[in-house]
Amino acid sequence: MELSLRRKTDSSKKKKNNKSFDQKKWIRGFTVAAVLIWVFYAFVVELLPYEVASFFQKWFPASTVNESLVWVICALGLNIVVGYAGLLDLGFVAFWAIGGYTAGWFMSDFFHQIKIHIGSTSPATQNGIHLSFWGVLIIGALIAAVFGVIIGAPTLRLKSDYLALVTLGFGEIIPQFFYNGENIGGFNLTNGSKGISPIDNVGLFGKTLGPFDLDWKYLIFVSLAALMVFISLRIRGGRLGRAWLAIREDELAASMMGVPLMRSKLSAYAVGAVSGGIGGVAFATHVNGVFADRFSFAISIILLAMVVLGGMGNVWGVIVGALAISWVNATGLPAFGDTVNGALGTNINFPSYNFLLFGGILIFMMLYKREGLLPESRLKELLHETDDASSNTGGH
Amino acid sequence: MASSSSKFSARLLIERFAATIILALVAIWLGINLVKSPSQFFQASAIGISNGVLYALIALGYTLVYGIIELINFAHGDLFMLGGLFAATFIAVWFGQEEPSNVGYVVFFACLIAVMGFCASINVAVERFAYRRLRRAPKLAPLITAVGVSFIFQFIGIRWNGSGPKTWNSVLPSGEIIIAKVHIPYTTLISFLVTIPLLVLMTYIVTKTRRGKAMRATAQDADAARLMGINVDKTIAFTFALGGALAGAAGLLFQQTRGVTNYNLGYQLGLIAFTSAVLGGIGNLSGAVLGAILIGLIQGLNDGLPIGLGQQWSQTVVFSILILLMTFKPTGLLGKPMVEKV
Repeated sequence: MELSLRRKTDSSKKKKNNKSFDQKKWIRGFTVAAVLIWVFYAFVVELLPYEVASFFQKWFPASTVNESLVWVICALGLNIVVGYAGLLDLGFVAFWAIGGYTAGWFMSDFFHQIKIHIGSTSPATQNGIHLSFWGVLIIGALIAAVFGVIIGAPTLRLKSDYLALVTLGFGEIIPQFFYNGENIGGFNLTNGSKGISPIDNVGLFGKTLGPFDLDWKYLIFVSLAALMVFISLRIRGGRLGRAWLAIREDELAASMMGVPLMRSKLSAYAVGAVSGGIGGVAFATHVNGVFADRFSFAISIILLAMVVLGGMGNVWGVIVGALAISWVNATGLPAFGDTVNGALGTNINFPSYNFLLFGGILIFMMLYKREGLLPESRLKELLHETDDASSNTGGH
Repeated sequence: MASSSSKFSARLLIERFAATIILALVAIWLGINLVKSPSQFFQASAIGISNGVLYALIALGYTLVYGIIELINFAHGDLFMLGGLFAATFIAVWFGQEEPSNVGYVVFFACLIAVMGFCASINVAVERFAYRRLRRAPKLAPLITAVGVSFIFQFIGIRWNGSGPKTWNSVLPSGEIIIAKVHIPYTTLISFLVTIPLLVLMTYIVTKTRRGKAMRATAQDADAARLMGINVDKTIAFTFALGGALAGAAGLLFQQTRGVTNYNLGYQLGLIAFTSAVLGGIGNLSGAVLGAILIGLIQGLNDGLPIGLGQQWSQTVVFSILILLMTFKPTGLLGKPMVEKV
C-alpha cells in the first residue's frame, strides 16, 4: 500500500517536472529569437550592403519592430480578458491611455509646480515629477489594474453583449477625460489635446536611452513582452486560469462548480489591464510623448483583430496576430502602397484601406476560421459546437 | 437561504438609495437651471427633443434586431451614416437641389423612399451573408462580425465622403417659429412630420400585420415559430429591412437638418442610440422611443444649459448613463426582467 502510494507520488512528481520542462522550453526559443533579432538590428544591419540594408529600412525598420512589441504586450493583455475569460472587452484602449498618461505624469516636467527626482535620468534641476522608468512601469501597471477592477465591477452581473457595451463606454469616457482634462476645476491635469511631451529617457545599466536608441529599447520591450507571455502561461496553467476557462466555456456551470465568478472575472480584468498599463508606459517612451487623440476606438478594435486573427486564448497565436497586424498597419501597407504606386505610376492611398482590412479580417475569421490561425484546441471545439440545446436564435 | 435573501434585499436597498440620490441630484440641477434662465432651459429642451426623435429612429433599429436575434448590431450606426451619404448624393449631386424649392421638396420625399430602400437592402444583404451563418454560433462571433461590418461601412464612408466632414445645403426651409421666446426651426418640425408617421407605421406593422405577428413569435422562440410554419429566415430578414429603413430615414433627416456628413458620425450616434434603446429596455419598441427622447433631452440640457458640463463632455454623460443603467437596472425603464435560460 505504502509502496504503491509512493510510486504514485513519484510518478506525479515526474509528470510535474516534465510539465515545467515544457513550460520552460519556450523561454529558450523566445530568448534565442529575441537575441538574434537584436544582434541583427544592432550590429549586422550596418555591415550589410546598401541595397539589403535599405530593403530592411523600408520593410522592417527598427521602430516598427519596437512598436509591434508594444502591440504584442497589449494584445496579450486583451487575450487574457477575451481569450481566457471570454469577456468581450471593446474598451481596452482605456488601459493603454492610462499607462501612457502615467508615464506622462511621472516621467516629464509636466507638473512644473513641484520637483521630485527618484532614480531618473533627467537633470536634477528640471521641475516636474521624474521617476525611474522601471518604477513608472510598476505604477502604471498598478493604476491600470485598479481601473481594470473599477471597469470590471459594474459588468459582473451583465450578459456578454451588455458587458461589451459597458467596456466600450469606459473606453470612450477615459480618453475623453484625458482629452478634456486640461481644465478640471481650473487644474490642468492632462494638457488636453496638446498632450504631454517629451518623456524622460529610460535608464538601463547606466545608459540613457532616448527615443532613438531603438536597439536597446528593443531589449526592454522584448523582455516586457516575455514577461507578459510568462504571466499568461503561468496563470493559465494554475487555478485562476482554469477558473477563467471554465467561465468562458459555461459561466453558469462554472459557478455551480464553485468557481468564484466575481473574483475570477475581476482578476481577469486586472491582469489584462496590467499589460495595457505596461504597454502604455512603453509606448509613451517609444513615441516620446502621450497624445489624447491617439486613443481612439480603432485601437481597441485593432487589438481585438489581433487576438481574433491569431487565435483567442493561444498566446503564440496572439503574438503572431499582433506582429502581423501591427506590421501591416505601421509599415506593410504604406510600403506596399509606395511600391505599387511607384511601379504602376498610380496614386492610391493604401493606408486608408486599413478599415477595410481590419473589418475584413474580423468578418472573414468569424465566418470561416473562428478559432484563429493558431487555434487553441479547447476553444476550437467550443466554437464549433452546433448543439441545438445551446441555440442562440431564441428570444429572451 | 435566509442570509442570502437578506443580503439581496440589502443590496436592493442600497441600489434604491443610490438611484434616488442620483435622480434627486439631477432634479436639483434641472431646478436650478430652470430658475436661473427659463428661456434657455426650454430652448435646450427643444433642441434635445428634436435630437431625441432622430435617435429614436436609430434606436428602433437596434431594439428590433436585438429583440429578434439578441444581437447588438454594431454596424447599425454606420448604416445610418451611409444613409446620410446616400441622401446627400441623391439630393445634391444627382438632382442638384441645394436650396428650398418645390422641386426640392419633391426630391426630398423621393429621397426618403430611396434612402429607406437603400439602407434596408444593405442591412438585409449583411444579414444574409454574415449574420445568418452565425446564428447558431457562440454570441461572441456575431458581435465581432458586426464590429467588422461596422469597419467596412466606415471604409465605404471614407471612400465616399473623404476622411473629413463635408457640409451640405438643405432643401428644407431655413426659417423658425418663435413660441414664448423659444426658437423652433422648421427643420425640427419637418423631422417630427417625417418621424411620427414612420413610427406609427412601424407600430402598425409590428402589432397588427401577419408579418409583425411572425416577428413577435420569432422573437419569443425561434424554434417554436419554425414549427408553427413561420419562415424564420424571412422574418429575420424582414426585421433587418425594417431597422435599416428607419436608419436610412434618420440618415436623410440628419443630413438635411444638420447639413453635415462624416464617416465617423455613425459610430457616435449609433452608440448614443444604442444607449437609448437600453435605457428604454432593449427589445421594447416604445421603450426605445422613450429612451431616445430622454437621452436627447439629457444631452440637449447638458450641452445647452448655463450650469452644465458642456458639449465636450456630452459623450461622457451619455456613457455614464449607460454604465449606471447597466449596473443598476439592466432591464431598462420598460423592459421585462430577463431570466437566463439554462
